[in-house]
Amino acid sequence: MATYSTNEFKGGLKVLLDGDPCTIVENEFVKPGKGQAFNRVRLKNLKTGRVWERTFKSGDSIESADVMDLDMQYVYTDGEFWHFMKTDGSFEQYGASEAAVREARDWLKEQEVYTVTLWDDAVLTVTPPNFVELDIVETDPGVRGDTATGGTKPATLSTGAVVKVPLFIDNHEVIKVDTRTGEYVSRAK
Amino acid sequence: MSDTEAAESWRPAASWTMMRRRARMYADIRSFFAQRGMLEVDTPILSGAMNPDHQIESLSVNTSDMPRYLHTSPEFAMKRLLAAGSGPIWQLCRVFRKGESGRRHNPEFTMLEWYQPGYSEQDLMQEVADLIQQLHAQPVPVAFVAYRQAFRQYAGFDPLAGDLKVLRQATRERFDWSDEDREPMLDLWLAEVVEPALPHDSLTFIHDWPASKAALARIAPDPEDGQPIARRFELFWQGMELANGYYELTDAAEQAQRFEAEQRRRVRHRLHVAPLDRYLDQAMQAGLPETAGVALGVDRLLMALTGTRDIREVLAFPADRA
Repeated sequence: MATYSTNEFKGGLKVLLDGDPCTIVENEFVKPGKGQAFNRVRLKNLKTGRVWERTFKSGDSIESADVMDLDMQYVYTDGEFWHFMKTDGSFEQYGASEAAVREARDWLKEQEVYTVTLWDDAVLTVTPPNFVELDIVETDPGVRGDTATGGTKPATLSTGAVVKVPLFIDNHEVIKVDTRTGEYVSRAK
Repeated sequence: MSDTEAAESWRPAASWTMMRRRARMYADIRSFFAQRGMLEVDTPILSGAMNPDHQIESLSVNTSDMPRYLHTSPEFAMKRLLAAGSGPIWQLCRVFRKGESGRRHNPEFTMLEWYQPGYSEQDLMQEVADLIQQLHAQPVPVAFVAYRQAFRQYAGFDPLAGDLKVLRQATRERFDWSDEDREPMLDLWLAEVVEPALPHDSLTFIHDWPASKAALARIAPDPEDGQPIARRFELFWQGMELANGYYELTDAAEQAQRFEAEQRRRVRHRLHVAPLDRYLDQAMQAGLPETAGVALGVDRLLMALTGTRDIREVLAFPADRA
């Protein structure tokens, strides 16, 4: 198994910590003038999403995690797994568990391309694109011309997610949503 | 680095306001030492010998005849001047440390170092505080705490007494690793637990270090229980280590032993081993006056004076633009 020394640490590096795959979020070099050097590292556990802080002795090594990010198209769900297909023309498919799609579930749309993170060839997480366009399936009728008051109302999307939209938006419109904040951005062009 | 960043990297990283602030700080430092009638000195950056401290790595330079090392502090040369009868001296110079790079580190940085024969480390701590008060617009509160006391207060244990096994256990529980030796573990607790707990806006001098951290400081018994402690201090301000001072060791034989011990540690850690400084040894044998000395990181001082969090913002050209 490959290892990384602390002097190779940088943001985005994938490592194994306590048996879990993690990505390095931040790496800070800490050294007393006359003493041991350390690397103060923030890591995100890719399984749980939790952020850990660890201080390593500089020069120590940790194992690399065989993790890679691939673009895949969302195909369908059978209720137990959510299926994604490689976009490289191989049509190869991967099934993601409920835990793996946790962050993307509200934003899943067929044929849309997602970042699928594989660990030892199994789906670890699915990350939605920053913006997706989704249909509104239920909201109060639009108030024509009301673009100035800044009022909002709830709207249910085709995925089941509920977002706040401006009052002028009508049922069955397609809107653009920021998946990082879960907020309405604009009407789809 | 993005293309736009790369295209702009010929430009200075520090603002002009910051560069003017640095120039003013240098002028204030010069006037502080001039007021005290101290001699400004200038010693070589390249030396045939290397600081043997195994926690500090020197950069080496290829010359036609023999390897030369960039100094990591002007300490050895300044002690030769003291032994030759210089009296109180000070120096502002560039020093170099291999592999030290980060938010508070640049491998090349500016050091202010001075020696006051006849001073104790307490006198010198006071003088360091006086200098900073003179450089800073508003008065800064000053606190003094013994290393032991700081550990008892903030880490909850006595760093000098106690079983190594207990320390290993506590370190493993808190940080998920431990070490054979006490030193790296104490450094870890200091950096991660004690330092962050120090009052951010006060100048805090931690004094009376464990004897194992004496480096070139005199060792004396702790009046509390006779444990050997180093007459050494470090200054912390705004979460940064700014200065390191000693009541200097003057015993040539003891210094030679400590250097030999460092050389053995370098061998054990598979680090580069270079000749020891024989001129320093000769100077010590000729006689170093009783003196206190301190080295202060001037880039970090400028960071603290201006409330800056990244050393890049106080350097015209940080290492990656040099």
